Amino acid sequence: MRTYLDFEKPMAELERKLEEMKTLAKENNVDFSDAISLLEGNITNLRKEIFENLTRWQRVQLSRHPDRPYTLDYIELICDEFIELHGDRQVRDDPAIIGGLANVGGQSFMLIGQQKGRNTKQRQHRNFGMPNPEGYRKALRLMKLAEKFNKPIVTLIDTPGAFPGMEAEERGQGEAIARNLKEMFMLKVPVICIVIGEGASGGALGIAIGDRVLMLENTWYSVISPENCSAILWRSWDFKEQAAEAMKITAKDMKKNKLIDGIISEPLGGAHLDHNWMAEELKRVILENIKELAAIGDQDRIDQRIDKFCAMGVVVE
Amino acid sequence: MSWFIRKEKGINTPTEMKREAPDGLWYQCPNCKKITPTREHKQNAFTCPHCNYHEKVGSDVYFNLLFDDNEFVELDANLTSGDPLHFVDTKAYPDRIKSTMQKTGLNDAVRTGYGKMNELDLVIACMDFNFIGGSMGSVVGEKIARAISYALEHKVPFLMISKSGGARMMEAGFSLMQMAKTSARLAQLSEAKVPYISLLTDPTTGGVTASYAMLGDFNISEPEALIGFAGPRVIRETIGKDLPKGFQSAEFVLEHGFLDFIVDRKDLKDKLTSLLSMIS
Ligand SMILES: [Zn+2]
Repeated sequence: MRTYLDFEKPMAELERKLEEMKTLAKENNVDFSDAISLLEGNITNLRKEIFENLTRWQRVQLSRHPDRPYTLDYIELICDEFIELHGDRQVRDDPAIIGGLANVGGQSFMLIGQQKGRNTKQRQHRNFGMPNPEGYRKALRLMKLAEKFNKPIVTLIDTPGAFPGMEAEERGQGEAIARNLKEMFMLKVPVICIVIGEGASGGALGIAIGDRVLMLENTWYSVISPENCSAILWRSWDFKEQAAEAMKITAKDMKKNKLIDGIISEPLGGAHLDHNWMAEELKRVILENIKELAAIGDQDRIDQRIDKFCAMGVVVE
Repeated sequence: MSWFIRKEKGINTPTEMKREAPDGLWYQCPNCKKITPTREHKQNAFTCPHCNYHEKVGSDVYFNLLFDDNEFVELDANLTSGDPLHFVDTKAYPDRIKSTMQKTGLNDAVRTGYGKMNELDLVIACMDFNFIGGSMGSVVGEKIARAISYALEHKVPFLMISKSGGARMMEAGFSLMQMAKTSARLAQLSEAKVPYISLLTDPTTGGVTASYAMLGDFNISEPEALIGFAGPRVIRETIGKDLPKGFQSAEFVLEHGFLDFIVDRKDLKDKLTSLLSMIS
């Protein structure tokens, strides 16, 4: 059963008709292929029309689409082998961040990603993709392992934020994120960071210091969610659309403002419509970037990483 | 004119006003309600002699307190905010900046400078909470990054005095990346083995805690300062109940292992001097 977002609804009716027609054709063994391709064409045109004019808030909705591929889906679809590695060696294992050694077409690398859940039980287990300090510390431990064995690092970002709970505070959420920022700058191996869904604030940045920071087309990345921005600046939850517009949080915005390095295309209608296509594209981009970055000397790569982030910001001298 | 300078706890009177308050006036502590002559309160580094309540103060007070004879060279004093996103909420961002500059006499939420502390060279970056809640935008990030670069270039210890509600939402993505920028420079400072002391003062929360404030070789604080990643309101909403007393206080953070020590403001200069002398 597919989930339709409000702006996807015009397509829902046509897709239902298409399914009916296909079933009818099959059951009665009649050739409806002309009518079917006509209808398919109509759906594609409608989808193009809608997706050409998406608002920023609609992209936020797409980034949170319940059918959107998560880290585990990509692992399943991309990796020939994946050995998950658990725990921060201090407190516990944080299920909101997954990490492990991946083998993709003969290229091995450390893959680390935030993980939401697909159903209620999973969502609770994964804490809705909101890591605790242990998650960031596990991520750092695995990054250091990768560095030790000279393996590139790929991180997948998809979080509504670092968890704002009491225990997270007691165990130093701020310190855990801060340490990752600092340590990631000095990693001697290539680091590729990809926002695959939501990129909320320090919780996202905590695994997003890389030589390449990329965003999928229908994702957002900013200092705060539109809802929370609305609550603070407008003192009401009702201005999330305006907040999304004002903060300019889409991949296109972030690229234009030179705050990310590139955008990864999604299939028409969004990644949730074609997991296989999306995974293939992600795989291609990861391998291509690993190859490019491997050609740069370690110190040069670190220097470039630092220079890139240090150039971010707009001030008047 | 009222006999007392009345103040509510947590609300900041511009330090400008305090400095110009004529002798003979009295300071009433918002914590213990006892009164102290303004002059004595000032000599006590704006802390209450009765209960040790640390009044929130700005960069001018810390510079005066730490730099010998208040002599220092300010860095990048004229750096001011742009408006890269053309941000408008209930007010246009440039208007907000302009009115805050007029109100506070400050150009943004951090001032940086170098000078001598008990004859030791020192670079200080100190945040001003009066300026949009000490929020971190491009100017804050850039000035801190440059101050660290100065410390790195001259091999001079760096002291960061944080006091911030976190990110500046009106700079959205730009604000977020200041966490990265400052951390990058601190990583370089660390590699060069130049000492970095981070003093977290009341309050230090959000993106500031999750970047430079927690990255000191020495993380220190003033008594009872609020220190956290998520603010108390957000945590309360998350867990659906009130927070225990003292949660996220400096003492709590010390107990959980994220601070090296807590120091009274009036002892700060001497303690920092001892510390730096022992590692130089
Ligand atoms: Zn008192």
